[in-house]
Amino acid sequence: MICLPEPDPSLLARRDEIVRALRALLGRERVIDEPLRLAAYETDALTAYRQRPLAVALPADTGEVAGVLRYAHREGVKVVPRGAGTSLSGGAIPAADAIVVGLGKFNRILDIDYVNRCVVAQSGVTNLAISHAVADSGFYYAPDPSSQIACTIGGNVAENSGGVHCLKYGLTTNNVLGVEMVTPEGEIVRLGGRHLDSGHYDLLGLTIGSEGLIGVVTEVTVRILKRPETARALLIGFAAVEAAGACVARIIGEGIVPAGMEMMDRPAIHAAEAFVHAGYPLDVEALLIVELDGPAAEVDLLIERVQGIANAEGSTSCRVSASEAERLAFWAGRKAAFPAVGRLSPDYYCMDGTIPRRELPRVLRAMSEMSARYGLRVANVFHAGDGNLHPLILYDANAPGELERAEEFGNEILKLCVDVGGVLTGEHGVGLEKRDLMTYQFDDADLEIQHRVKRAFDPNLRFNPGKVYPTLHRCAELGREHVHAGKERFPDLPRF
Amino acid sequence: MVRAHAENVLRPRDQEDLVEILHAHPRPLEPIGGGSKRAIGPPVDADRLELSALSGIVAYEPAELVLTAGAATPLATIEAELARNGQRLAFEPPDFGALIGAAPCGGQTIGGVLSANVAGSRRVSAGAARDHFLGFAAVSGDGVPFKAGGRVVKNVTGYDLPKLIAGSWGTLAVLVSVTVRVAPLPETETTVVVPVRDPAAAVDVLARALGSPHDVSAAAFVPSRGAALRLEGFGASVAARVSGLLEWLGRDDADPLVDAESRAFWRQTGAAAELGDWPCIVRISVPPSEAPRAIEDIEPERYLLDWGGGLIWAAYTNADIERIRSAIPAGHATLWKAPRALRESAEVFPRPPAAVAALAAKLKAAFDPHGRLNPGRMGRQVTPGHRAFETRH
Repeated sequence: MICLPEPDPSLLARRDEIVRALRALLGRERVIDEPLRLAAYETDALTAYRQRPLAVALPADTGEVAGVLRYAHREGVKVVPRGAGTSLSGGAIPAADAIVVGLGKFNRILDIDYVNRCVVAQSGVTNLAISHAVADSGFYYAPDPSSQIACTIGGNVAENSGGVHCLKYGLTTNNVLGVEMVTPEGEIVRLGGRHLDSGHYDLLGLTIGSEGLIGVVTEVTVRILKRPETARALLIGFAAVEAAGACVARIIGEGIVPAGMEMMDRPAIHAAEAFVHAGYPLDVEALLIVELDGPAAEVDLLIERVQGIANAEGSTSCRVSASEAERLAFWAGRKAAFPAVGRLSPDYYCMDGTIPRRELPRVLRAMSEMSARYGLRVANVFHAGDGNLHPLILYDANAPGELERAEEFGNEILKLCVDVGGVLTGEHGVGLEKRDLMTYQFDDADLEIQHRVKRAFDPNLRFNPGKVYPTLHRCAELGREHVHAGKERFPDLPRF
Repeated sequence: MVRAHAENVLRPRDQEDLVEILHAHPRPLEPIGGGSKRAIGPPVDADRLELSALSGIVAYEPAELVLTAGAATPLATIEAELARNGQRLAFEPPDFGALIGAAPCGGQTIGGVLSANVAGSRRVSAGAARDHFLGFAAVSGDGVPFKAGGRVVKNVTGYDLPKLIAGSWGTLAVLVSVTVRVAPLPETETTVVVPVRDPAAAVDVLARALGSPHDVSAAAFVPSRGAALRLEGFGASVAARVSGLLEWLGRDDADPLVDAESRAFWRQTGAAAELGDWPCIVRISVPPSEAPRAIEDIEPERYLLDWGGGLIWAAYTNADIERIRSAIPAGHATLWKAPRALRESAEVFPRPPAAVAALAAKLKAAFDPHGRLNPGRMGRQVTPGHRAFETRH
């Protein structure tokens, strides 16, 4: 059961005054206080939880953000920053006594600089729009979270988003050169720029992945890369998960860094195949997709080497994509894995732990034991190259107690990830969802230091209250009006 | 003014000792790994905290692409162990022994490399130390032992404190152990040197090469040699990319340096070793396209460009760092090497703008509330209680 800190009654009582003050700053239209319109902001992609905020402010430029945040600072008003609201960890779920600062108006690309190979974009621009803006010149922005058609670059900065290609190309933090941010006190700061590294403390690095706790990012400068000449993929089946794991270790051991290396277990393979008919083998326990990209000469060479490794590790099937269409077909099943699993069950809950790869067989075994114990099915998709697991727990929110059981099951999986030397979250963030597990991965001293960092920026803990770090406050239960598959937020977004 | 004190030396044996020292020791402390970068930055009036006991590789599994080691483990030990397993640190930590001259080559530790956030020529394609720093255990300035990050390559749990510790020069916490991401060694490497002499023409070559699909891993301009472009990887791939790149650039006049020759070239270039005879060195990060104009404006006596033009190594007999800073429109300049008197009087590290400096001061106070670690090392601004932070611009 996840809850938010008890709302401050004095802030709730001041709602009308706060709305008036925001309207004085932004005009009537860009402050939302009508219940019907507020409903659009009450949750994100962690749809099991919802909470209406006091009001939503939609500033249109950095000066307006600074104005709103200066007002909030002066008046002690809490703030929840929001991009597209696609967070899977509840990072953008409002608090009852907070205003939401939505960056929806920050939708312009400000500069494309091919000489310095970077793009400057307002923070509400979508991840994919950046790649689209430079596609004609053969460039792209490398981090590709599965929600990239909707998620914003500012949200990516907040969450340090990953994607299937981050083993080779890094996370958001490795691809952002600079941000403009407004601090909780309403000061506008620029961190980084079109140059590399910081001459002083790396506040840019600290900001990326800070989950909206230390400011509102208004502009982002990202590094762009030349699109690889070629990309080809292999689809490799194994009779045992251990053999697939050994194959992954050998590929890396031989000095090959694939652009993507994904694993699916039997339930995920069957669900995906039944859904999109990608031609996946159904007689295997584990399926690997290995994608290699780069200059054609290199890709051809490495495809052969990976084939050799797969044979040596006892693969039961191995197909190499002969065309772009076939490569995309290999991926189609993987990319449809979440909705495919969603067809098996009214609801599913997506986890995001990372483990040392060698622990995979042990973790999968433990998960099937847990699955039997909780009486809930689980399917696994796995960023095999970097050890990032996405177990999908199947449940029915309308069956009494199932959501609670699914959450307990998920918590037990994440604790196991920590026990084997891994972490609670590889790319979705802690948010609301994993907040209460932070004490499992970190001890009091670790969290004390992180709290000190928070207080250096936000001494009154007004920014994104109740997220990431457990607090001792009394707690208020969130609304848990659940929606079913097909009716959830962003049902059309691919998730992988 | 920094006075020369009779120095005390403290040598903690482990994290517990370190906690005790940070709780009990009455004087400020200068954390020292190998001591190879002590001559970078102003001299610090503090007792020496020698960490050499915190040494040794703790865990290394090549297939997981991570290595954990005591913070004072010699870099050479780590690089040798990685090489035995066909791996390396992708950020190519340079050895500034020859450039700085104050310490012999080979003395640096992994903790020192991370604390200074240095990177060699591969910075432009693979990132700096910060990008490979996954987790650590440390003790804060007021003696709180803590850990952050993790031991896996993909992790977003909690603030990314390794980024903040990277480049903090021992002013925030004392590292005990660190986990870094490692990468495979390439089978082969070739560097093509395009004979250009003018910095504008050179930066143009570097930018076009880095904007090509040929995976250029390093791009530097050494005025005595030309624009150098490195290609690494599997043999057949490198061969194909070398010809592809030359065609892309429309050049047939480039000299290739292969394997050992190429490696030697980048070892020198990444560490700006050929500028070692100059008394003053300024290390400047700029948007690459700004480099040619910056060079005109800052008038170095000698220089090199690395990182596709984004890093200027500028050599002077006597550097006026503030004049150089005022000539650079974007980026930052550090007085990387200078005689002691100049390091005492000038601001070695760039001053952030006031609002950023205020945040930096609060972070310093968060990690080191009593200002015990390396006071003044990164400028007088980040000394708790010092008013300069609020007032300087």
